[in-house]
Amino acid sequence: MSNDPRIVEAKLWYWQRISAMLLALCVVVHIAVMIYAVRGGLTGSEILARTRGSIAFAGFYGVFVLACVVHVPIGLMRVCEEWLGLNRFLSVTVTKLFGITILFLGLRAVYGVYTG
Amino acid sequence: MHGMNANASTAAPADMGTLKVSVWRGKAGAPGSFTLYDVPRRESQTVLDVVTTIQRDIDPSLAYRFACRVGVCGSCAMTVNGKARWTCRTHVKSVAADGVLELAPLANLPVIKDLATDMREFFDKWAKARGQFKGTRTRHDDFAVVKPESKQRQAVDAGIECIGCAACYASCDVVTWRREFLGPAALNRAWTLANDVRDVQQKERLLAVSGDAGCHACHTQGSCNERCPKHIEPTAGISGLKRLAARAAVMGELG
Repeated sequence: MSNDPRIVEAKLWYWQRISAMLLALCVVVHIAVMIYAVRGGLTGSEILARTRGSIAFAGFYGVFVLACVVHVPIGLMRVCEEWLGLNRFLSVTVTKLFGITILFLGLRAVYGVYTG
Repeated sequence: MHGMNANASTAAPADMGTLKVSVWRGKAGAPGSFTLYDVPRRESQTVLDVVTTIQRDIDPSLAYRFACRVGVCGSCAMTVNGKARWTCRTHVKSVAADGVLELAPLANLPVIKDLATDMREFFDKWAKARGQFKGTRTRHDDFAVVKPESKQRQAVDAGIECIGCAACYASCDVVTWRREFLGPAALNRAWTLANDVRDVQQKERLLAVSGDAGCHACHTQGSCNERCPKHIEPTAGISGLKRLAARAAVMGELG
């Protein structure tokens, strides 16, 4: 990847755009399924019964997590720079750590309910 | 004409009451404060009329800037009751229903004195965004034709109406947070030229407006759209520049 800041910014922009499109779709599906599934109450064991061993479920939420991992750190970097006044190096470091954390926690959660 | 009664236009104006006007007073490099003036309320009075009344009848030391008084030159923008506005086309009745006005210089620009700001930084950023037109034809060539119905010409229909008043620049939070950010007006200008089929410095311009001082810093908050007295949407042009930059980055044409 080029180090030219103008190219980096242009690429970050389209990565954030593409991940936002994915997230918009994922959030709609997530909420629709949740509303459908929760009718008449829902227990933990019922959720696990649906998700355990489901490739479709794991695939969908795997993509959801990856889209978050791309999207969130880019936005967070702007917040660090503009609101907290951090320099670029610190902003990138903080947001990379945050990205790695949500990648780990997100995939761990997907793995957890998949293997249930 | 003798024996004729004074008509309506020469009659003394009816007493419409008084406006309470707080005006920012101060010089560059020194702390300023608001000074309260009582200004007679008049029919069809604009905010610029109010400032002019203060300067002519109450305190001649008040500094402010205006030229055309008809919404063309972009000189008279100020912060009126907390919002950046063109004062010559802003009627008092639309902003001071309770008879109270607070006038301050535009935000995000250094103050020279009172209501007059230093606009150099604002216009220098137009130059940095490659806001200059550069064509190839000379006076010996025929006129270049820009088709009015073409997509590119239509895309800048609103943008070319900018009068450079800096109301957008003063209202932009990103300018406040990132002093190097080119701002909505300069980027709007760049967008109009990016769509000019006669212009020959497209690549240089795209490079100039890319990066975190350029279009990529914009969060599309839309304060510029909200405050623009000409109802231009600078964020639409900035999004257009982002798309052009993304395409160029993918094609390896940026940098």
